[in-house]
Amino acid sequence: MFYREAGDFKTSYAEDNQTFPIKFDRYRYYFVLLVAFGIVPFVVNDYWLNAVLLPFLIYAIAAIGLNLLVGYCGQVSLGTGGFMAVGAYSCYKLMTSFPDVSILIHVVLAGAITAAIGMLFGLPSLRIKGFYLAVATLAAQFFLVWLFNRVPWFYNYSASGQISAPERTVFGVPVTGAETSPWAVYLVCLVFLTISAIIARNLTRGMAGRKWMAIRDMDIAAEIIGVDPLRAKLSAFAVSSFFIGISGALFFAVYLGAVEVGESFGITKSFLVLFMVIIGGLGSIFGSFAGAAFLVLLPVLLKNLLVGSLGWPTDLAAHLELIIIGALIIVFLVAEPHGLAQLWRMAKEKLRLWPFPH
Amino acid sequence: MSDTMIFAMEVFLNGLMAGVLYALVALGFVLIYKASGIFNYAQGVMALFAALTLVGIMEGQVPFAHLINATIGTEIHHFGWHVPVLLAIVLTMVVMIALAWLVNHFVFRHLVNQEPIILFMATIGFAYFLEGVGDVMWGSDIKKLDVGLPQGINTAIDEYTYGIVNYGFFIDNLDLVATVIAAVLVIALVAFAQYTKQGRAMRAVADDHQAALSVGISLNWIWVMVWSLAGFVALVAGIVWGTKSGVQFSLSLIALKALPVLMLGGFTSIPGAIVGGLVIGVGEKLFEFLIGAPFLGGATENWFAYMLALIFLVFRPQGLFGEKIIDRV
Repeated sequence: MFYREAGDFKTSYAEDNQTFPIKFDRYRYYFVLLVAFGIVPFVVNDYWLNAVLLPFLIYAIAAIGLNLLVGYCGQVSLGTGGFMAVGAYSCYKLMTSFPDVSILIHVVLAGAITAAIGMLFGLPSLRIKGFYLAVATLAAQFFLVWLFNRVPWFYNYSASGQISAPERTVFGVPVTGAETSPWAVYLVCLVFLTISAIIARNLTRGMAGRKWMAIRDMDIAAEIIGVDPLRAKLSAFAVSSFFIGISGALFFAVYLGAVEVGESFGITKSFLVLFMVIIGGLGSIFGSFAGAAFLVLLPVLLKNLLVGSLGWPTDLAAHLELIIIGALIIVFLVAEPHGLAQLWRMAKEKLRLWPFPH
Repeated sequence: MSDTMIFAMEVFLNGLMAGVLYALVALGFVLIYKASGIFNYAQGVMALFAALTLVGIMEGQVPFAHLINATIGTEIHHFGWHVPVLLAIVLTMVVMIALAWLVNHFVFRHLVNQEPIILFMATIGFAYFLEGVGDVMWGSDIKKLDVGLPQGINTAIDEYTYGIVNYGFFIDNLDLVATVIAAVLVIALVAFAQYTKQGRAMRAVADDHQAALSVGISLNWIWVMVWSLAGFVALVAGIVWGTKSGVQFSLSLIALKALPVLMLGGFTSIPGAIVGGLVIGVGEKLFEFLIGAPFLGGATENWFAYMLALIFLVFRPQGLFGEKIIDRV
């Protein structure tokens, strides 16, 4: 009763082709946008921003990017951390080399540079498939991290080997550096996330997305019906890396402010984003959001519970957190291998009839 | 012979030794992958866990002491006894077998027929879980493991090579022992797979799950057995690596060293794991010595193995000894 596909008639092609063709989905989307843009910026404070909102927004961009590659195109990548590092370091180099250009442009350019690097490391995917490819992308992970560690040009020869973001403003309001205000930072990340999500959603509904899915389902068959695997796979790598690069740039410039590459963009980051995609649901944009929210909120909740309420020592709490997260991931995969997105789909099925039996 | 040549030869030999150790870890991967199609990322953490358990049992530590102390406010740490090495190894093996049963019973039995990526993620979840359990159970401080394996420079080789090229090669005794252990382990595993009933059943499962089921082979039993075998290999790897560099978190990262070995050798081949290990061990040490350290600022060992495997796979996508990949529509 509450979720209905039927009775929603379209009278023009434009209406039929809109991003959310079902009324309920559309209103939900408008509502979320309204809350995110209209209410949250006025109530957000530093703790919520840094502990929950910023990581969620930034990881959601990365998860969307990775989901395009893994969920839609079927090319498993474990190089996400490395590609985020490319985004961060190219953003840093651009910020310090061209201080007068807007940070927004730098972030987008950082995404573009990452897309180029991503395509380069995507090339072997034409020959290598499945797990061999997953392990091969680890080459990108380790090589890129090593590169940013060892070549001083990338971190402007700073003594500590770290990169730290200089202060930059958008419309006169500082968004990087020490003097930021929570709402401005939040809005910048939110704008990037919204645009990324809209682009991703529409790409996957269109020709590009259908080609990716054909490749995912069976690449030989796709090739025979006329999908060019070279272009499909490389475009998936490029678009995916573009989003991941943007998220890496935001992660460094807006969220952390100062970054040491091995620590912030190590292999654990690759796994984290992949977990978000898998727990959220492969091949679902909504799933990327849900997965990012789940894995950002979970440690915060556990920490508050174990250290805050029970008063256990922090090292013990950290170990227990590992156990609980590991166990939850397993429970999740056993109970619902198609992720949170599948739960949402089932909820919609239920809502269609509820409260009537049929 | 010039000095560089002699040094390079020493590096080559040490690379061979390192390669044997990589192969030791890679073996565990191959076993599980062959029998169940699961790519077990947790193999490294299993080695860590096995080594932690071994040390804990030998020292007579109270398991979960930290957790118990935090919840009920006691101050217990040790039972106050020391367990002899052999008994401790047997007890650790019992723990690893129990672990194999638990993993199979609670996780992978429910994930039959899922996509490989889901299974892979489940093993990463398991790796997190096991790492946490190991830390809570035995504490996360660095521990020394000494089961009586010989250590230090091998003086016989040192003197022998000094007599020939006027320069003594540095070969660690432990590496030599590890080589012998790895060789024995491989021969034993191959013999087990080829000549015993259980081994034949294991190969049957590896070949075709359904066909194996239909001739009356119990999949669950085979999987528990294979995970126990992998636990045993992990224990051996844990002992060797733990003796070499102490039992600590970084031990679990050897899994990452074993991955390129697997790619190079092929995921399904035991000899491949050995040859891949040797190629990677020698390759990365020589590359670091000849090119990495002088020209690229060092620490190339982090990625060289992966790059080598990546470039190699572009030309031969199934690895050295992997089964040929045939695609059909």
